[in-house]
Amino acid sequence: MRFIPVTPAQQAEMLRAVGVSTIDDLFDVIPEAVRLRRPLSLPDGLSELELIRDLQALAAKDLDSSRVVSLLGAGCYDHFIPSIVDAVVSKPEFFTAYTPYQPEISQGTLQAIFEYQSMICQLTGMDVSNASMYDGATAMAEAAYLAASVTKRRKVVVADTVHPEWLETLRTYSLAGTLEIATAASRGGVVDAESLAESVADAAAVIVADPNFFGNLEDLTAIGGIAKSGGALLVVAVNPMLAGVLAPPSEYGADVVVGEGQPLGNAMSFGGPGFGFFACKSDYLRRMPGRIVGRTVDVDGRPAFVLTMQTREQHIRREKATSNICSNQALCALAASVHLASLGPAGLAEVGRACVAKAHYLRDALVETGRFSPAFPDAPFAHEFALAYVGNAREMQEAMLERGFLAGLELSRFSPELSGIVLFAVTEKRTRGELDRFVEEVASL
Amino acid sequence: MSGTKGVSLGDPRPAEVGRLIFERSTACARCTEMPPLDVPEIDLDAALAQRSRRDAPLLPEVTEVDLARHYEHLASVNFGVDSGFYPLGSCTMKYNPKVDEVACRMPGFAGVHPYQPLSTVQGLLELMHGLQEALGEISGLPHVSLQPAAGAHGEFTGLMCIRAYHEANGDARRRVLIPDSAHGTNPATVAMCGYEVTTIPSDERGGVDLDALEAALDTDVAALMLTNPNTLGLFDENIERITAFVHGVGALAYCDGANLNAILGKARPGDMGFDVMHINLHKTFGTPHGGGGPGAGPVAVTEKVAPFLPGPVVVLSPEGFRLVAPERSIGRVRSFYGNVGVLVRAYAYIRAVGGEGLRAVAEQAVLSANYLKERLKGAYDLPYDRPCMHEFVLSGRRQKRENGVRTLDLAKRLLDYGVHPPTIYFPLIVEEAIMIEPTETEGVETLDAFADAMLAIAEEAARDPEALHAAPRSTPVRRLDEARAVKDPQLRYAPPCLD
Repeated sequence: MRFIPVTPAQQAEMLRAVGVSTIDDLFDVIPEAVRLRRPLSLPDGLSELELIRDLQALAAKDLDSSRVVSLLGAGCYDHFIPSIVDAVVSKPEFFTAYTPYQPEISQGTLQAIFEYQSMICQLTGMDVSNASMYDGATAMAEAAYLAASVTKRRKVVVADTVHPEWLETLRTYSLAGTLEIATAASRGGVVDAESLAESVADAAAVIVADPNFFGNLEDLTAIGGIAKSGGALLVVAVNPMLAGVLAPPSEYGADVVVGEGQPLGNAMSFGGPGFGFFACKSDYLRRMPGRIVGRTVDVDGRPAFVLTMQTREQHIRREKATSNICSNQALCALAASVHLASLGPAGLAEVGRACVAKAHYLRDALVETGRFSPAFPDAPFAHEFALAYVGNAREMQEAMLERGFLAGLELSRFSPELSGIVLFAVTEKRTRGELDRFVEEVASL
Repeated sequence: MSGTKGVSLGDPRPAEVGRLIFERSTACARCTEMPPLDVPEIDLDAALAQRSRRDAPLLPEVTEVDLARHYEHLASVNFGVDSGFYPLGSCTMKYNPKVDEVACRMPGFAGVHPYQPLSTVQGLLELMHGLQEALGEISGLPHVSLQPAAGAHGEFTGLMCIRAYHEANGDARRRVLIPDSAHGTNPATVAMCGYEVTTIPSDERGGVDLDALEAALDTDVAALMLTNPNTLGLFDENIERITAFVHGVGALAYCDGANLNAILGKARPGDMGFDVMHINLHKTFGTPHGGGGPGAGPVAVTEKVAPFLPGPVVVLSPEGFRLVAPERSIGRVRSFYGNVGVLVRAYAYIRAVGGEGLRAVAEQAVLSANYLKERLKGAYDLPYDRPCMHEFVLSGRRQKRENGVRTLDLAKRLLDYGVHPPTIYFPLIVEEAIMIEPTETEGVETLDAFADAMLAIAEEAARDPEALHAAPRSTPVRRLDEARAVKDPQLRYAPPCLD
């Protein structure tokens, strides 16, 4: 086996040193009855050449984004990733390292996380950020746990315009009995303020996404006011790629800001790995889940970075920890930092502006064909929008797939009420030519 | 690895130490340029309901060469498996095959969207299905969910499935039993799942104390969470009795799969009587740790727990591979389907190694651990002197008592020998614990150099304890003021003129 560098002669030497005659003697500690008496029923190993051949054959069955014009979003986005990103995350000093428990030889990872935390604070307007979570959905669930712990209340009110899979994740987390979930209904594709006001009493948190699942912008001023009036924390989920064009949630009184970081520097990869980001006001620092890196000095007074505030964490506090999280998504967060640094403030704003401009261009053109009507005509949106199709939306999508387009996401899978409504996302990667061709082809169906 | 040269890290340019990417900024410097906007300009304030951003976020303004050099510098002060030996107990820091990095970047895997029609992702679904099947065979627990993003996430998922199983039987239980040698994530998970922890002591041989277990078991117990081999690197000889006891009160047995590497192809948790386990793909199946993640923590279960698994799972139907939610699923534990890029790497690893190869992995991992144990047990105390599995735990108590040198000092001195230190102060039941896991991917020369370093350090502890207190000396930075980091938290960059 090529990943084992010990030769049979060396093995014999090691066995002698250990004082046993065969390797199986070392496994005598396993009771007879539970030993596996047969080989594992798995195929034989492959040489690297054979393996790559097999994997390429599998990968070739899939339609990747380089071979299709994609208008799919809904939580996972096809953005351009600059070459420098993969060049950095491919450095083995980063990707083959463990969690930086030994700071003297982990300054690279630690400083990169510190810089990541700084950038997330800048995007969200929050005071502190952790080192990353699994994804946006779990970051949102952890925000609910934090709010419950801060307010000593169990109920969290979640907008039904949050991504359905995030809502489902939150429900799963609530099954432990520590959270009670109430949903605030929506009207016209955004949170209904009246419904929210009715349910906010005794709530630990009000949780909304902005833009929400339908791409619409919520009225954060009104929502923030209602949350405050009920003594609830305001938790806002945002898309970090829009942080250059949209005002940060801190301007509306957000206490915790979370989100899915995949749009920054991470391939779509069928939905993972991306990363969740989690940032909050400094009041809640000691209840934050996950790793946090701080700056300090070494014994010689040199600036240096270290995992800090660890008395919140599972390896110290065990059942009293703020969360059970141990591994996070550090390398994905590193990719995001490199992407953000490569964009800079001007680049981030340009990408956001291009996405918004192209999305509005496409929506107007599609509505003009007469084949689509806005599902939520009054709601402002950023780079994702929902349209109702006049005919059978599924058939339209199949026909457009044959013409080389992934024509958005039909929403009936989430709710029968949304049947026939298609959610489109437009990133900076789409050209006017592609969008015009899409409009032309879909109009001619 | 060199026994005398020290860690070959460290950038000679002192000005670079701790210099942030923000501090490399030059106004208006650009790395990424966007193509000209090819659709009409838009009035952002109008489009975004007067919510457009006024003050730009303070991000670095740098060129591509600035970025390349910055991260090259950071890489040069970071230690990974490719830098040298990494015997971090319980973390299974084996070599990460390069072909796996090629595999996960193949466009058909990396460039697909989670909501594109399933007919256009049959290759990836076939791969995921193949991984489910392989993990089921390896664990002896045939029903697998690939969703959990990490080990602790897998623990949460597994325990929530157990909770749902009991509740479906109309059986609300409140307690989960955990041995005192358990990972910290176990009790933290129990609390997150709304259960109470009952700690079970270990017996004098390092296994679960059977009397204490029996005394703690009643119909209020939902599960026992057990790592086997345990965190002392010992296989619990009473495992069949333990799981039988647990089942005797209607509870389920949960296996923490952190130490699966030791038993690949030799024994299976399902055959030991476990009902649920999580598998750390980033330990056992060679996927890289990424400086803290992403990992993946699939959960494997028996038939009776299968209906509760998070959805969806991949199934093969006459129409091809499909995604289906189990009938009584607890629901999702995250968005989409899992850390797919990590799943691709693990699948590639399993296909490269093969069934026989996996057994060879376990055998060499166990042999290498026993070899190191024999070489080191004279110089350091070995609290449980029995054949170990893939790791073993020494104690630095003798050095502490006789030389005033703590395990932390020994670990820091190892840095000067070019080795990542073992896990220290864990498990909690061993005083001054030093937990060593060599893995199967290290050659004899590396193992010997490590043993030589450990022996040399034991001698230094006796001869010159001060030198150990002052270690490390050769690293890019030396011991850090961790108290200051807590007392005066600096958790982000603050520009000189602000804050």
